[in-house]
Amino acid sequence: MDAIRQFGQYALLLYQAIRSVTEFSTYRKNLFHEFVKIGYESIPIIMLTGSFTGAVLTLQTSYQLETGFIPRYTIGAIVSQSMLIELAAVIGALVLAGKVGARIATELGTMRVSEQIDALESMGFNSVSFLVVPRVMGGLLMFPILYVVASVFGVLGGLAAGELNGVLPAAEFMQGARRYFFEWDVLFGFVKSFVFGFVITSIACFKGYYATGGAEGVGKATTNATVLSCIYVLLADFILAAILL
Amino acid sequence: MIEINNLTKSFGNNLIWEDVSFSIEDGETVAVIGKSGCGKSVLLKHMNALLYPDSGEIIIDGQCVFDLNYSELRLMRQRFGILFQGSALFDSISTFENVAFPLRYFTSQTEDEIKHNVQEALEMVNLKDAGSKGTSELSGGMRKRVGLARAIILKPDYLLYDEPTSGLDPKTSEEINELIVSMANSLNITSIVITHDMHSVLEVAEKVAFLDDQKLSWFGTIEEMQESDYPPLVDFITASEYQINSKDKG
Repeated sequence: MDAIRQFGQYALLLYQAIRSVTEFSTYRKNLFHEFVKIGYESIPIIMLTGSFTGAVLTLQTSYQLETGFIPRYTIGAIVSQSMLIELAAVIGALVLAGKVGARIATELGTMRVSEQIDALESMGFNSVSFLVVPRVMGGLLMFPILYVVASVFGVLGGLAAGELNGVLPAAEFMQGARRYFFEWDVLFGFVKSFVFGFVITSIACFKGYYATGGAEGVGKATTNATVLSCIYVLLADFILAAILL
Repeated sequence: MIEINNLTKSFGNNLIWEDVSFSIEDGETVAVIGKSGCGKSVLLKHMNALLYPDSGEIIIDGQCVFDLNYSELRLMRQRFGILFQGSALFDSISTFENVAFPLRYFTSQTEDEIKHNVQEALEMVNLKDAGSKGTSELSGGMRKRVGLARAIILKPDYLLYDEPTSGLDPKTSEEINELIVSMANSLNITSIVITHDMHSVLEVAEKVAFLDDQKLSWFGTIEEMQESDYPPLVDFITASEYQINSKDKG
């Protein structure tokens, strides 16, 4: 029963947010702020995550394909395709659920319990337009960019790990990566990251916006936002794979 | 004029109060008193429809606030200034920007005009040099005063104070009480003060609404309150006086 009520509340918040998109002057400043917070400030962790994922994937794939029957450039194909189709978007989203989602839920939750959201409303502000719209839009627009960063650094990380460990020369890695490069994989990754951006920011906004009960309530909202975001990212990943692949 | 008619509110199965009715004339200061948890702040948040009742109405200048659509409501809310219990300052921006905040979004004032008006508001609350400070650098009393400066910056018709003196030392409480009186007189604002501080009530209010036993238990002028022999009100005042005297002795 509570789940249905919460879903209704979430849907209502999204409806309000969609209706508020036209109030650009209200959220313009916050939107650019969110581009920086969600996009620019996440680049280092995404670079790191992408690089190490690609590097480990190269070493593990090399270990698994030690049969001698499969050409070694296949490793480059597997690593680059895995990064583009799945890992750059999903691993990136799971990391960002912790970084971006937790920040948003904590910010809005603190604003709620310290009556700052009431203060905004009492001044005549549309608090959904001011707080929720820029954060969700920031997620929608920045996650695909972060996906590109994760993909590029994933492939570079894989390439570097292969070369430095003597597992696979860079030229062979790139030969495989190029041979099995399909534009559809990139498009699929973009769609995924767009959806994940929406899932993470909207859930975090919802949990923060309706937080109750002081510091404990904010902590609970943040935990719920992070856990739920991860679960729904994985669920969305499966649904998108079933529909689009 | 604010008319509150037969207002009833509950959260789930928990009845807060029912059938609350009283009215506030223009320029008047009314204190709403009652024990902690009796729903004073809940009542305050109904005044500009931050909360909606189960039944009843609040009529402001002939219009029920609960019947307004969101656009009308936002315009109506701009006629109110609220000093929240915890001040509700935006902690990511400076004191100056907190006060300037409504001006930047709801007026087309130039930067010079905004600076002038913010400075004027800060001077009214005796904080003329605090503009550059971050909100975390402010004491409890200063936060309340900045909150008050922000509440009056759009020159509202109504000022709502939610526990304006709670958590403050007696000297600072006194200053806040003086500010409430000064705002009401100099700006001719209608004020509603939510408090359980009887000292504050006696200083600032002309009328008193006493919430008790899930209803508006008593309503009248300060003089009537002082002469009243209504037991729950007398008990409440006596307990408060005892507290004030204890504090004075301490």
